[in-house]
Amino acid sequence: MKGKAKELELTVNGKPYKLMVKPKTLLVEVLRDELKLTGTKTGCRTSSCGACTVNIDGRAVRSCSVLALQANGREVITIEGLANGEKLHPIQEAMVEHGAIECGFCTPGMVMSARALLNENPKPTREEVREAIQGNLCADEGYVKYIEAIEIAAEKMRGGQ
Amino acid sequence: MTETFGNYSIIGKAIPRVDARAKVTGEAKYAADIELPNMLWGQIKRSPYPHARILNIDTSKAERLPGVKAVTTGKDFGGFKWGWSRETRDEEPFTTTKVRYLYEGVAAVAAIDEETAEEACDLIEVEYEPLPGVFDPFEAMKPGAPLVHEDRPGNMCVEYHWSFGDVERAFAESHLVREDTFQTPRMAKGYLEPPAVVAHWPDPNHLVFQGAKGSPYFPYRILSRLFNLPLSNVRIIQPFIGSDFGGTKNDMVHCDYAAVMLAKKTGRPVKLVYTEFDELTTCLRRHPMWITVKTGVTRDGILKAIYLKAIADGGAYTRMSPLTMFLTGSCMTMPYKLPNFKYDGLNYFSNNPSSAAMRGHGLYHSRFAADVQMDMIAEELGIDPVEMRLRNAIENPAPGKVYETVNEVHVASCGVKECIEKVAEAVNWKGVKSGKRVEGDKAYAIGIAAATYNSGTKLSAHNACAAVIRVCEDGSVNYLTGASDVGQGSDTVTCAIAAEVLGIRLEDIDLKRVDTSFTPVDPGSYGSRVTVLAGQAAINAAQDAKRQLLEVAAQQFGVKAEEVEIKNKQVFVKSNPAKNMSWERLVRTACYETPGKVIIGRGYSTQGISLLGLADFSRGVGDIGTNYSFTAQAVGVEVDTETGMVKCTDDSVIAHDCGFPLNPPAVETQCQGGSYHQGIAAALYEEFKMDKGQTLNPNLVDYKRPRAYEAPMTKVEHVITNDPYGPFGAKEASEGSCCSAPPALVSAIYNATGVWIKNLPTEPEKVFWALKAKKEKGKGKK
Repeated sequence: MKGKAKELELTVNGKPYKLMVKPKTLLVEVLRDELKLTGTKTGCRTSSCGACTVNIDGRAVRSCSVLALQANGREVITIEGLANGEKLHPIQEAMVEHGAIECGFCTPGMVMSARALLNENPKPTREEVREAIQGNLCADEGYVKYIEAIEIAAEKMRGGQ
Repeated sequence: MTETFGNYSIIGKAIPRVDARAKVTGEAKYAADIELPNMLWGQIKRSPYPHARILNIDTSKAERLPGVKAVTTGKDFGGFKWGWSRETRDEEPFTTTKVRYLYEGVAAVAAIDEETAEEACDLIEVEYEPLPGVFDPFEAMKPGAPLVHEDRPGNMCVEYHWSFGDVERAFAESHLVREDTFQTPRMAKGYLEPPAVVAHWPDPNHLVFQGAKGSPYFPYRILSRLFNLPLSNVRIIQPFIGSDFGGTKNDMVHCDYAAVMLAKKTGRPVKLVYTEFDELTTCLRRHPMWITVKTGVTRDGILKAIYLKAIADGGAYTRMSPLTMFLTGSCMTMPYKLPNFKYDGLNYFSNNPSSAAMRGHGLYHSRFAADVQMDMIAEELGIDPVEMRLRNAIENPAPGKVYETVNEVHVASCGVKECIEKVAEAVNWKGVKSGKRVEGDKAYAIGIAAATYNSGTKLSAHNACAAVIRVCEDGSVNYLTGASDVGQGSDTVTCAIAAEVLGIRLEDIDLKRVDTSFTPVDPGSYGSRVTVLAGQAAINAAQDAKRQLLEVAAQQFGVKAEEVEIKNKQVFVKSNPAKNMSWERLVRTACYETPGKVIIGRGYSTQGISLLGLADFSRGVGDIGTNYSFTAQAVGVEVDTETGMVKCTDDSVIAHDCGFPLNPPAVETQCQGGSYHQGIAAALYEEFKMDKGQTLNPNLVDYKRPRAYEAPMTKVEHVITNDPYGPFGAKEASEGSCCSAPPALVSAIYNATGVWIKNLPTEPEKVFWALKAKKEKGKGKK
């Protein structure tokens, strides 16, 4: 159904992988089904909800919008790759402490979009924060505390923590 | 910094959620993340007709496809029918006679992978006789219209006719009587996590079901009855839930029935995950309603009477429509005093997907209509809209007193006046009058509305909510609950309540999510019931455990148990705090030095029912809630008068009376989210476009959902009323603001432009044409 398998080499959360993947397989399928990294969620599979957002070479990408083979030779970071042992990434920490998380289904994607933003733009305006997560639908918490948490994290990260 | 409330150790302050870490690291497992050894994948065969008789189903080709392990059709379910209540069991797991909406499930397949299961579905041959259908209530009610259910004449799904006081006389005596018709859209629930399930049978007499269910004890009972299994053998294990909002995740959808039956047939675990298309074309929706409100007022704007007529599209099956229509009518007598009230609620079957409960259930429709109309009346009378609301608002009853509505709803605490005042002050209502401002093509204004919502909802079925507290010998605590946290934060507040009562820290408590083999029975997550009822269960269970421990402490200290207290993990004699020991020491002493003591605290909620009884749906009287929250909201808008495009501005404030905020930031996100995702979204963006039963926009690109770039930074103010029936005074948070948002938004558009949009959502096109019509009317006058 998805054609003949081809070799895919990529790094996920710092770990190199070599896999055989059919050409039509989506990156999200490889992450969830092959690598069992289920922190990346599947909401719509039409690239409209953002729940499957990961970072490819530092940029926020919806992993249902790219074929796995397009990630060949790339560095992929998923939500599982952010915390340093027990120590959460400042974005994760801010979201927990600020009470931004409700059901949590959109949270991994939201965090990954925020990470890509703050890597590129350490001092974003509120409008830039809103824009960076506009592809990430949330259904229950109203975005306010997410936006504020990202601003708090940005400040913390600028402080060199 | 978040405000703190009350003088407690844990509650009333910002409490970090107990599940936030699992969620933010991706460790939290949702239903679709579950994988079991030897697992098969299921897929559903769906009908290409919205209304058709099934003549034959041939599954032989599908069964012969390599990789297919089992096929099931409705016949395997032995005539089983189910529904929201015993009286409304009108749905089969897979229909055997006819399909009643487009893409209704008719069969399902289990195979070694998703692709094979999908291919097998294509090989199932179904012979249909297409039938003419009905696609809105006005077609459905016509004499001679095709019947969705042959035994339901007139396509009537549910109807209520209630009358309280003397409405006709009150209208005759009114200074002004006004009648308007409003319309609410058919809407998706909005959650991102699609329905998903993994089911397996460890042996032929035990079923294990792990599904995205916010009310896991619904499937528990339904599956017990379906397979004639004792309840003890039905094990529902609840994964994390990616929101609920009522309906689909309350009870059953086709994937749930497919998984359990295919797992039974194959003896292997079977998993199904819905696609966005499945979700948006077949799952339960918010009812579209046509709401006519006729209101009579005095010269001073005091409400004399309301006659409310609500016509709803119930869709193909009854589901929760009886409750929807009850709520739509019953709560019209709040948050304003209303001495005379008449209600006709009519809900018709149609060949659309079924409608059901959704955040703001029922009240959202009628409150939208009545609160917008209140602004219209205020303008006719020349009264300020805020003043008009304050004149009519229910007063906060004095302690020990209860306000009774004309339909026998009992309100023990009501902060609606304070909510309205706080909101008006926060947006400087008096200073800016209606806040209207025009800059080029952009008109800005603010609208204000108020609402109520029932909390601790109790229905005629099993209502109790229980908790078990196991104090481990090292002082740590297991908290077992049947209550479901679908994102609202109830796991955190119930743990916080238990810790508060026991006098220990939040981190000493480990909560066990629902596993029906171990946790106590609970109705589920709906009707803003969890915190109020599970919270009381938490108090009672913690007090029970504490009582057992205080007896031991009393023995040790040589005093009476009443003289001992536990705070911050210190156990001490109240009159002599120098006499003390640590919590750990007390627990160890209880477990080791008294013979055979095992500390287990048990408690369940009784408050709402024992005090107030249950509501009577047929007469429309009585309490559906244990208590009632109140909300006022100001919404600011920017209207592009060229294009009709409306945006929310950050001039948005909610004042919410949740009685007492157990976890203030959680109350805030609940209010902000309830307002924005299911309130503002209904008013501004969302609607399923339909064509003869077909959903034309079944994806989140064509079906507009609210996003971050246009989200108002809504501020939340807490109004404290300490409700006597709530745990530590608490009432619901979120469904109230879901009901106040649409009228506030529509009033804001009017205040900005002078046009009333009565038919939601206020899409740019509607606003554009309304503005154009107004302009032309203006020219005509000149």
